[in-house]
Amino acid sequence: MEYEYWFARIQGVPAQKKICLRECMKSAEAIYYIEETRLRSFEFLNEQECSRIIQAGKDREYKADYGRMTERGIRFIPYFSGEYPERLKEIQDPPYALYVKGRLPGSGTKKAAVIGARRCTPYGEKYAVDFARALASRGVEIISGMARGIDGMGHRGALMAGGRTYAVLGCGVDVCYPREHIGLYSDILEQGGGIISELMPGAAPLPRNFPARNRIISGLSDVVLVMEAGRKSGSLITVDMALEQGRDVYALPGPVNSTLSDGCNRLIRQGAGILLSPEELLEEWGLSDAGTPAESKLGGKKEKTLESEEKLVYSCLGLYPKSADQIVSETRLCVRKVLDLLISLELQGYVEEISKNHYVISRC
Amino acid sequence: MSFSTILSASVDGLQAGLIRVEADVSNGLPVFHMVGYLSSEVREAGERVRTAIRNSGFEYPPKRTVVNLSPATVRKHGASFDLPVAAAVLAALGQIPPGSAENCLVIGELGLNGSVRKVPGILPMVMEAAGHGIRRCILPAENVREGRLVKGVEVIGVSSLGEAAALLRGEAADPLRKDGGDEECMGEAHGEDGLPDFAELQGQENVRRAAEIAVAGGHNLLLIGPPGSGKSMTARCMAGIMPPLDEEESLEITRIYSVLGLVDPESPLIRHRPFREVHHTSTRAALIGGGAVPHPGEISLAHGGILFLDELAEFNRSVLEVLRQPLENREIRISRTYGTYRFPADFMLVAAMNPCPCGNYPDLSKCTCTPAQIQMYLGRISRPFLDRIDLCVEAPRIGFGDLEGTVRQEGSSEIRKRIVRVREIQKERYKKDPIRNNAALRTEDLRRYCILGNREKKLMEQAFSLMELTARGYHRILRTARTIADLDGEGRIRENHLREALSLRMIDGKYWRR
Repeated sequence: MEYEYWFARIQGVPAQKKICLRECMKSAEAIYYIEETRLRSFEFLNEQECSRIIQAGKDREYKADYGRMTERGIRFIPYFSGEYPERLKEIQDPPYALYVKGRLPGSGTKKAAVIGARRCTPYGEKYAVDFARALASRGVEIISGMARGIDGMGHRGALMAGGRTYAVLGCGVDVCYPREHIGLYSDILEQGGGIISELMPGAAPLPRNFPARNRIISGLSDVVLVMEAGRKSGSLITVDMALEQGRDVYALPGPVNSTLSDGCNRLIRQGAGILLSPEELLEEWGLSDAGTPAESKLGGKKEKTLESEEKLVYSCLGLYPKSADQIVSETRLCVRKVLDLLISLELQGYVEEISKNHYVISRC
Repeated sequence: MSFSTILSASVDGLQAGLIRVEADVSNGLPVFHMVGYLSSEVREAGERVRTAIRNSGFEYPPKRTVVNLSPATVRKHGASFDLPVAAAVLAALGQIPPGSAENCLVIGELGLNGSVRKVPGILPMVMEAAGHGIRRCILPAENVREGRLVKGVEVIGVSSLGEAAALLRGEAADPLRKDGGDEECMGEAHGEDGLPDFAELQGQENVRRAAEIAVAGGHNLLLIGPPGSGKSMTARCMAGIMPPLDEEESLEITRIYSVLGLVDPESPLIRHRPFREVHHTSTRAALIGGGAVPHPGEISLAHGGILFLDELAEFNRSVLEVLRQPLENREIRISRTYGTYRFPADFMLVAAMNPCPCGNYPDLSKCTCTPAQIQMYLGRISRPFLDRIDLCVEAPRIGFGDLEGTVRQEGSSEIRKRIVRVREIQKERYKKDPIRNNAALRTEDLRRYCILGNREKKLMEQAFSLMELTARGYHRILRTARTIADLDGEGRIRENHLREALSLRMIDGKYWRR
């Protein structure tokens, strides 16, 4: 295994060529002890790549590094190991090795990627949580990228249902990026999920890593659910890769005037599946349960105990933030009354203040 | 007689002190010698005085002149010693009868032609003199009105050295004394100082209300809103609804302005509460005061009035941090090796900022900032600083309906009447305590003056857990609710007061870490 690790950590040789060479030589150990003339006889390797492999032969640190890595609980799973996910082998450009903290997605379960933009509205956040939670409660494993915004919400939803969820990072698995997700990072591991990356432990979150990481997200999943994406969102890269890899793509429709749902709405026009409820997906997979508890149904809280004026204000609100002033002009109540009602609604848990004097209906 | 003494004064910080100017003329080499711990501008007085004496038609024999400014341990600054030095020299030369300037304060800067020019700091100097029982002050003519603000002192203005000498000789019977209209009346002259009126502010119900509460209780206020939502306008309008100054406060403020030479010579008494707008590139020294010899800064100039910080997030963090102490203690102490200077700084802080760098958050269809950018922007202001601001309100973008609105908005004068009433209520309630207004209530005072009933307690308990209030945040809400109840004329804080206070609470960690 140390030789596999040594081979995997050679920089500047594409994963596909590494896989080819490994196939030809039968083991990584053989590559380590390969003669230079033999190496140069492989036509798919160019001059530079050959010299990189030979240079790497002088690497004396790899054994110690490997030991240190495994001590920290990071598992190393090369392409030719039995643990390597079968689904990932199917994609066009599989990584030569994966570094994993925790578990890898199981082979027998359904896996859904919940993805979307970092810049998202409370609408996207709510449904990312709702879908992930409903799917996870039926045993579907949720895969995402642990980024800010939708990604994080997808993981959160799965965790709320007590499910397993997997985060594919654009940095080393021991690096928590973004930093504020450190709580999420440990929760994922605690609930039996996993942190996955093709990059060496300690690798920094460089911008170019993220498009490559997206292919692993879609590669590991059976379906890709896009919750909210603008027209130029990075999530659309994942969608392109998912389509190349033959994964089903679903998108959550948004209001036509919301620029942050524009990408999703366009995906639907281009033929992506439309996400109306998690039950529909579950039914398609034969996972739906006749006695589905009502809580996984989408929709707001019951407005049973509200007074009429509170109802009036509540009905003005949605998942897109509205300022107190807008509510005043819509309800034609006076400002003091509206603020009074909003606070009383907030204290009852019906609405949330998401920015100073901007309100949305409560999301959980 | 070749020796004489004249009384003068100097200002150090905001405190004036009497200075004795002594001159001695004797036979010897014709030199002009000045001693007494002088700064260079005082030392230069020698050249001005000799020339001015000659150019005023006096005889100045080539004799040895020594001038001493006493007490010799106090550092002397400024050009206000020119006239007393000249008077002392003339007296020593016998051109003015000795003893004529007894019990008389002399202040003024001299030009080479003998003209007397105005100097800063007149008010504290004359006040100090009055405190020492001095009955007569000779001041530059331009400073006369300022000097006359002090009661019980005869203030005479002179415009040249010749006039001053004549006056001391008893020749001219106070030529400039009767220039009329010296009694400054304490008028209600608000609205004439170029500040906008709340009647001009269309829409913005929410903001108007918050401004009223803020001024009524003396609470600090933060306005958050997109560019062009009238945040600065609101702040300026607030200056117009501040309660009127009483005479004592007026003099205290004028004193600060006098030291910096900022008073208007025509009507020196400051009758409006100051409104100071500070640019975000201001330095710490400009804001709190400073310099080798500390001068009061913007926060002291805003004493008794409003200090407005526009674009709060653009301020240098270290500049904002120095405001924390004066916001708490209502004064600023500046220490130097030779002493500590105390400047009053009892101001109301009004700050304005955008919700994010582009200003459109939370409207995500317009906002182009990344979450990290927004967080960084908001993170520029420290929590301890925000903890000292009681009220926070969003100023929404002004819509077309507001611009073309025909609804007559309530003007500043009407709002001001309510505020004066509420301030009276507070004065009455706190007459036995050293509390000025609701905003100054400390934690222990809250238990006495903000008593909650059972229902109110339950509401606050709910709010405390649901809105993740901190202890500080909780106290801020109680203080605000106290003011809202006062505005309603109610002795007890009720649920609706608390709810309104909650809606005006400071944005807390929740948004800070989104």
